[in-house]
Parts: sequence; C-alpha cells; structure tokens
Amino acid sequence: MATVPSTANVVVIGAGIVGNSLVHHLTRLGWKDVVQLDKGALPNPGGSTGHASNFIFPVDHSREITDLTMDSVRQYQEMGVFTQSGGFEVARTEERMEELRRRMSSAKAWGIDSELVTPAQVVEKVPFLDPDQIIGAFWTPTVGVVDSLRAGTIMREQALATGELTVVAGAEVEDLVVEDGEHGRRIRSVVTDQGTIEASYVVIAAGVWSPKLGDMAGVRIALTPAVHQMISVGPCPQLAETDGEISFPIIRDMDTFCYERQHGADMEVGSYAHRPILHEPEEIPSIEQARLSPTEMPFTEDDFDQQLEEALELMPELLGAEGAEIRYAINGLLSLTADGNPILGESEVKGLWVSAAVWIKEGPGVGRAVAEWMTHGHSEIDLHHSDIARFHPHETTREHVRARTSEAFNKTYGIVHPGEQWGSDREVRYSPMADSQKALGAVFHETVGWERPFWYDSNADLLETYGDRVMPREHEWDSRWWSPIINAEHLAMREHAGVVDLTAFSIFDITGPGALASVQRTCVAQCDVAVGKVVYTPVLDAKGGFLSDLTVMRLGEDRFRVVTGGAHGMADRKHFTDRLVDGAELADVTEEVSTIGIWGPKAREVLASLSSDDLSDGGFGFLTSREIDVKGVDAPVLASRISYVGDLGWELYVPFSAAASLWDALLTAGREHGVRPVGIGVYGTTGRLEKGYRAFGAELDAERTIVETGMQRPKVKAADFLGREAYLAQREAAPAAVLCTLTVDDHTSASGVKRYMLGGEPILTTDGQLLTDGHGHHSYVTSAGSAPSLGKHVLLAFLPPEEATIGNRLAVSYMEELYPVTVGSVDATPLLDPDNERLR
Amino acid sequence: MADVLVCVKRVPDFSGEVLLSDDAQSADARYVGHTLSNHDLCAVETAVQLAAATGGSATVLTVGSADAVEQLRTALGVGCAAAVLVEADPVTLGPADVAREVAAVVADHEASRGASYDLVLLGNDAADSGDFQVGIRLARLLDRPVVTGVQTVTLDGDRATLVSDVAEGRETYRVPTPAVVTVLEGGVEPRYPTITGRMKAKKIPVEERALSAEPVGSGRVRLRVPAPQSSTSTLLGEGPEAAPAVVDLLQQLGVAR
Repeated sequence: MATVPSTANVVVIGAGIVGNSLVHHLTRLGWKDVVQLDKGALPNPGGSTGHASNFIFPVDHSREITDLTMDSVRQYQEMGVFTQSGGFEVARTEERMEELRRRMSSAKAWGIDSELVTPAQVVEKVPFLDPDQIIGAFWTPTVGVVDSLRAGTIMREQALATGELTVVAGAEVEDLVVEDGEHGRRIRSVVTDQGTIEASYVVIAAGVWSPKLGDMAGVRIALTPAVHQMISVGPCPQLAETDGEISFPIIRDMDTFCYERQHGADMEVGSYAHRPILHEPEEIPSIEQARLSPTEMPFTEDDFDQQLEEALELMPELLGAEGAEIRYAINGLLSLTADGNPILGESEVKGLWVSAAVWIKEGPGVGRAVAEWMTHGHSEIDLHHSDIARFHPHETTREHVRARTSEAFNKTYGIVHPGEQWGSDREVRYSPMADSQKALGAVFHETVGWERPFWYDSNADLLETYGDRVMPREHEWDSRWWSPIINAEHLAMREHAGVVDLTAFSIFDITGPGALASVQRTCVAQCDVAVGKVVYTPVLDAKGGFLSDLTVMRLGEDRFRVVTGGAHGMADRKHFTDRLVDGAELADVTEEVSTIGIWGPKAREVLASLSSDDLSDGGFGFLTSREIDVKGVDAPVLASRISYVGDLGWELYVPFSAAASLWDALLTAGREHGVRPVGIGVYGTTGRLEKGYRAFGAELDAERTIVETGMQRPKVKAADFLGREAYLAQREAAPAAVLCTLTVDDHTSASGVKRYMLGGEPILTTDGQLLTDGHGHHSYVTSAGSAPSLGKHVLLAFLPPEEATIGNRLAVSYMEELYPVTVGSVDATPLLDPDNERLR
Repeated sequence: MADVLVCVKRVPDFSGEVLLSDDAQSADARYVGHTLSNHDLCAVETAVQLAAATGGSATVLTVGSADAVEQLRTALGVGCAAAVLVEADPVTLGPADVAREVAAVVADHEASRGASYDLVLLGNDAADSGDFQVGIRLARLLDRPVVTGVQTVTLDGDRATLVSDVAEGRETYRVPTPAVVTVLEGGVEPRYPTITGRMKAKKIPVEERALSAEPVGSGRVRLRVPAPQSSTSTLLGEGPEAAPAVVDLLQQLGVAR
C-alpha cells in the first residue's frame, strides 16, 4: 500500500462510489498526479456505499437526477455490474394511482420506457405478492441492481492503470489548510495522520463525513447523516430456488414508503416510513468503535414494527414462510440534503471541490459530471440544482438542514405536489413591508428563505369583478397551492396596475476600475453602455449553455448593479465573483436594498403623482434607470424601467429602511386608480407566460442555448465573454430544438372535469407519439400557467424544429389523458401584445 | 411438560470497541447499541427448545431499565411466551440484588401458578459487568442444584442432563429438577426472529415489577478496559498461490471440510 505523498495536483478524499468514480473520470480526462485517500480499508472503507441496497429506479420527476441516473446505469452496464430485474411501484390507493399517472408523464418526458399495469400483471412476475393489497402499479423494465463496491474497485483500478493515481487507504484527514488570496481563499494542503499533501485541488467525496471535512476549511456542506432502516429476511423458499442475486422484480410499496428487494435467498425490506433519525457527522463511530461498519448503526426495532406488518401484508407467504428469519437489520446511514439534491461543485474556497450527498443510482454519473466540470468549467449534464453555490447562508446551517430533512424524509416515496411548500424553518426572511402584506391577507410562499406573497386574500373581491375570466380550476390537484385570485390580480394589473414586492431579488454591486471588464467578460450583452442604461443579458458557460439570465444596470463609469432572481442568486454571485478582474470588487447588497415593482397602464400616472421627476416615455425611456424622489419616502429611489410582466412600469430600488414607506405610498396613491398589490403568482407565472418571457431553471439551463430559446440579438458584441465562441457557432447552425409557446385548446378530461397542466408533462403528437428533438430529447412542458388576458392556459416547450410552426396541432399528456394544444409562437414573440405597445 | 424461566441482561453489543461511561460504572453503548450476549441468546434458545420439546413454556425475565423491554421482545420474538421486567437502574445493582429479585419472581410465580419452574436458565456471565455470580447465588436462595457453563440441556422426567465441552473433554451432569443452569455459548445455534414472531412478541404484555428490596449494590469501584491484546497476523500469501494455504486454514478452523 502506498504512503501519503507530499504533493499532488488533486486529492480526492473518499473511496466510496463517488470518490472512485471521480478518480476514474479525472484520470480519463487527463488529470495527472491524483491522490485518493480514505481512512477505511478497501474495497469497503465503511461508508454508505458498503451497505447500500444498490437498486436503481430510473424515473424521477427531476430531469437532472434522471439524467445522472441514466448515465450511471450506462456506466454500470459497461462495467458489467448491472443486473436488470425490472421494478414495480405499486399503489394501494387511488391517490397513489394518480401519482403513478403523473410519474408516467416524467417517464415519457425523460424517455424511459414505463407502463401502468394491473395487480394481475404484477403477480405474473411477482407471484408471492398479494394482489388484493394493491390497485395497480407502475412498471419499469429497466430497473436493476448493481454491485457498487465492485464498480468502485473497477473504476479505481482503471485510474490506477493510467499510472496517475496513488491510493492511500487507512489515512485519516485531520485538517484542510486554506490560504487567503486577493480574490478570496484557496486550498493549499491536506493534513493526514500520515503526513501532509500540498495540493492544487481537493475534492471532498466523503459522504456522511463530508460536513466534518468541510468545516476544516470553513466550508459548510449542508447535508446530514440520516438513518435508512433495512432488514434482510431469509431464507425464503420461493427465493432460494432461484439462481444469482436477483430473479424477481423489485417492489416499491409506495404508500407504505417501503421496498422489497430480493438478494439471493433473502428479501431485503427497506423503509422511508420510520421517524426521521438524524445524526451529526461527529457522532458517527470510528471504524474501531463500530459494531459492523461506522455507517451501519444499531437497529432500532421499534421504529420498524409498522413496516414489518405492512410488508407481511403485501407478501404474506414469502415473508411469513417457515424458517424465514430476520437475519440482518441495520440503521444504515445515508446523506440527506434539505432540497434532496446532491452537493456538487467548487466551494467558496478556490480549488476545494465537493461531491457529496450522492446515492448509488447517481454515483458514476456524478463522478463523470464533476470531473468534466473540474476539467472544462462545465459538464454535459446541467447540474445547477446540485450546485454547492446554490445555498444561501441560512440554508447551510445544521438547524435548517435538520428541520428540512426531517420534514422531507417521509416524502422520499411521498406524493409531492410541484408547488408544495415547506412547513419547517419558515419565516426566516421577510421584506420590510411584511406587516402591510400580512394585513392584506398575503398568502406567503417561500423562496430561499424569503416569505413572498403569492396572492392577497384582500383581492378576493376581484373574483366577482372578473367572473369566469379568472379561469377557476375545479380539480383539487390542479388548484393546490394556487388561487384564482392570482388570475384576478393579473387582470387588475392589466386593467389598472399592480404593485409587486420583489425584495427576494439577489443584488450585487460591482465597482472599481475593473468593474466594466469584469461585467463584460461575464455577460453576453453589451454592457459598455451609457450610464443609466439597463441591460438584460444571458450568462453562458464555455459551451454556450445558460448559467443565468439577469439584468445589469450601469450606475456609473465604474459601477454596475446586477439584479437576479433569489433562487439562483448565490450561484450567480459565484459566476461574477469567479470572473472579477483585478481592480474590481463585488458587494452583495441583497439584504440592504429592497425592490418594489409597479406595472400596468396606470403605473406612470401613479408614480408621477408621487414624484417631481419626468417619467414620460421621452424623459424616462425603456431600459434606463435613474434616481428619482418619491413623496413620503425618506431616501432616494433608484427607478429602472423594465418589465417582466409585459406592462409599462418600473422596478424601484430602495434601502430596506425606506421600503415600507415606498410600498405604502404606491398603494395609497394607486387606490383611486384601481391599483392593487399583486403577488408572485402574477409576476412569476401569468404575467411572464403571456409575454413568453423565459425563466432560468425552467426554460433556461446549461443544456439550452440562446438560439434554441429564440433570444438571439442581431449582433454579437466584439468584446470577449465566456461562451462567445460557442455562441457564434450556435448562431451559424440550425437549432436542434426550438422553444415554443403553446396553448391548450380543450381542457375537458374523460370524466368531464377540466384539467390544467402544471409543468413537466410530455408534448406528443395528436395520436400520442413522442416528439424527439435534435438532441435526442423528448418535448415536455417547461412552464405552465394561466394567461388570463388571453383566456388560455399557456405551455412553454422545446419542440423539434420541424414541429415548431405556428398553428401546429399537438397534444399534451396529463395524468395519462391527451389534451389538444396549438403552437402559438415559435420564438420569443409574445402571445399578448406582440408589438410590446403596452410597455410604452 | 417443562416450564422454563430464562434470565437475560440488556448489555452493549461488544463486537465493536468497548467504551466506558464517564463514571466508569458501566459500558457505553452509544455507537454499538444494546443486545443480548451470546450466552444469553443460547440460554433463550435452549429454553425455547425445551419448552417446544416438552409442550411446556418459556418465560423470559430481566432485571434492568425500562429500555430492557427491547431485549425481552427479542426473546419473545423467538418463542418465549411470557416476559417479566423487574425495573431498576442496573448501575445500582449487584449480583446479590439480581439473584434476590429472580428468586422473588420464582417464588411469586410458584404461588400464583401452583407449580415452580422446572429450570431456571441464565447466561453464564454478564457481558458487561462479568460477575459470574447470579446463577450460584440464585440456586442457594432457592435451595436448588446448580451447574454452570453448560452447553446443552436435555430433560427426562424430573432429571436434567447437562453437557459441556471443555478443554479437557466432555463434562456431563445429571441433576434432579427443579434446578438452576447457567448456559455457555456454543451448544445451540440461536435462531433469529421471524416477522410473524416479532409481531406476536409485540402483542404479549410484559409483567412489570418493582424491586422487592433496597439494592445492596455491587461494591464495584470502577470498570477498566484492559489494554488491547497484541495480535499477530500471518500473511498466507498473495494471489491465486495463496489458495491452498487458505483452504488448509479453513479446514483447520472447521469451517470447510
């Protein structure tokens, strides 16, 4: 066994599925001088990989997770460690059947072969399952099991064969040394109990121990070790007669949050139904202290009794068979995060990367993607939901992680509505006008801690005003976390004006002699503009995929303000911070500057009644900004004339201390004009969709291009920026997919109930055939919502170019029924007010 | 028809490293959890087998904390039919206290059932405190014969045959019942619970009792973890060439033939 070397280019800490996959892909991509450390012994150093149940169900509602899983399956297959078994997700309730129909949407959208089957069809393949317990199932033939330890060994050996990897097992990391540099901190060395390694790059791939290692470098890795209980029952005579590890499909008993997976003569029963049992990373026993391995904690029987009963109910003859005993039972530790996604990417310490909170089903895919990211600055699969940079400070505290993972644990197999709100750790961030909003009956939804009014119950009177134009939804699922008041507020905004609280924006000021150069090299749009101009711009990675879209205001020669959505604010901050040139500084003013929007035909009149400044179209042009005075507001107000809802108006930036007075002034002055406070339901969905405005995370991500989204401008600026070369090439080629706006022609389901899609549904031909674009991807709804001014339900979707013609009739599949849709726009042209006259 | 009482103790699972509590009065189970020692598991298995073979019943008893119900359920899950918990803080108890409490239960049960237990089985010694005393003290209190370190038990009418394999050979005792026997691991293979057994165990009520007298304690000053014994490892070889040596060793250990 090798000894700890004194230097390395990159040190990978961890030899579980993630660390092994990383060293393989790093050396494959040409990395030299790689060192892999683990405190345990190989091939099973004692982490979560060693006790994983090792099965893979490919379908997930998240495209990112599904793609990582599919890539992992491909790699496992290439290594010869994948055994296809097929798998059923069985439903005991009608509510679950509906969820399985929704799962069919995701399967079709992500291109995975699945089907809904009857209990009799399940029993054909799983004869020991009692069909009377279930009403149906979701069958995926490509479900299978892997040998993750063997896969890890193969990948590590492939890396060793390149001659560029040194593996040291039994070496424990005691410290990570970080040094201060001009643009922040940088990793310098890894201190182990067997010597110190100077390294340019370090990757923490240490699973449940990752937070402990992160703390050594002052980096908070927001995961918690959590218990997943599993027992193994056998020998079961029905299984003992079969050859190999697995001959029967895996069962996920969705309503009891349990699974049954054959392992030789035994049936493993695992559960996500027990109370959440969280541990601190520091509480995990050492290898010496542990009874089995450090992550196989003592089984707590009482937590599993209910599951025993339910499993026996489903498979009475198998699990109740003579001689079938509970031979193994553990509280296995795995990693959970607050939002359920992995934690990947470079931390705020330069050169210190993290690849944690990864499950077996994503391991090799994550290894490849992170290795690509380290090599090229981007990965083939978009990873923005997993980016470590996504976390706002409060989201990295152990309290937050504990609260949210406790809430999420029992939802592992749960039915989670796409609009579902968290119950725990709420009321963390309020805008300065929260008191007024509460008085107005605001219904708050949360975004990165901010409590944002989605609609106001005080606007319920508008339901009568607008009647059926609010497009009421009769089905409970379609209307959950939604209100027709949103559409009423929308119509009031279009008729009069609406005032919107946008405090959740992330705002950073970039200043100094290097400010222009820093902004220019980051943004696609020309930012070398006159002071006072407002620029809407994409931000790209080197392959020309979207990292963000945001606005930049030039506030002075050496002063720029970047305004972006709160959800991606922290990642955007890293994009800009990483590209600061000498002489430029970035200050995050998110917690100092509040933003209030006012839009609608009456916006100018209302704002003008409060200000002596010239707000006319000639005096305050579109896409310009400047400070104005507002009566009753004890601070200068920076007004920016832009719109994300398609009506005339301004975003008004004001210090937190003066925000409530600005809010009150606008509402008071607006009252006689019919102006209402309107919620994020309007701002983020209805107003946006009528105008076909794209949203990062929905339409825009690193796998989409400016050309595909119809957002290209006639010219490309001469100044260099990240992704410029790729973008120029994209402009020369025909797009592989085209972002289109579609409207639903008929909402009536077979039962007569009108249904409204919520996003994620596949777009099909009228006879239900899949559409496939030039990337080999299938078309699915990226955003869905009401367009009350049009009286239509609007869907955005990337279509194959040949299908992207106005008037083309297609279908959307929702809960396994087809609804006719028509293509209304094949570029960024809005359905409402295509000439943008309302903005003037 | 034999009625057997089997006495068990909730102890830390010592297959990992042994840690002591801060006051060194007990072992710390933080990382390893609690279990029944192998001796206790063999005693339970023996009790269950004897009950089944004779159409009698096995009752499990423990003196310990409320959490020790978990260990009672383990025994119920593999075939014991009744359970008794004498609740007490185990740190305050010594072997004399435990023997007295078991004797009290035996006497009470004899009075209420009209018949005494034919056998009282115990694990040979406690895995945590290692006193080796309760069985003998209990036998004295009950005025019954006692044999310690027994691996297999067979009953024939009112006589028990007790066998154990020791370094020097095989020891066989025949004693009249009722008797007290402490069981050493190795004679029987303890079974794991079945799902149905575990579910049945959940529904059996546990008889809960308080201590019958103030504990006299163990007189223990403190526990100490002995220095780890040095071990030597022999490399049998590397690669396929090592296979014959491995086979030899496995045969020597009796794992392979």
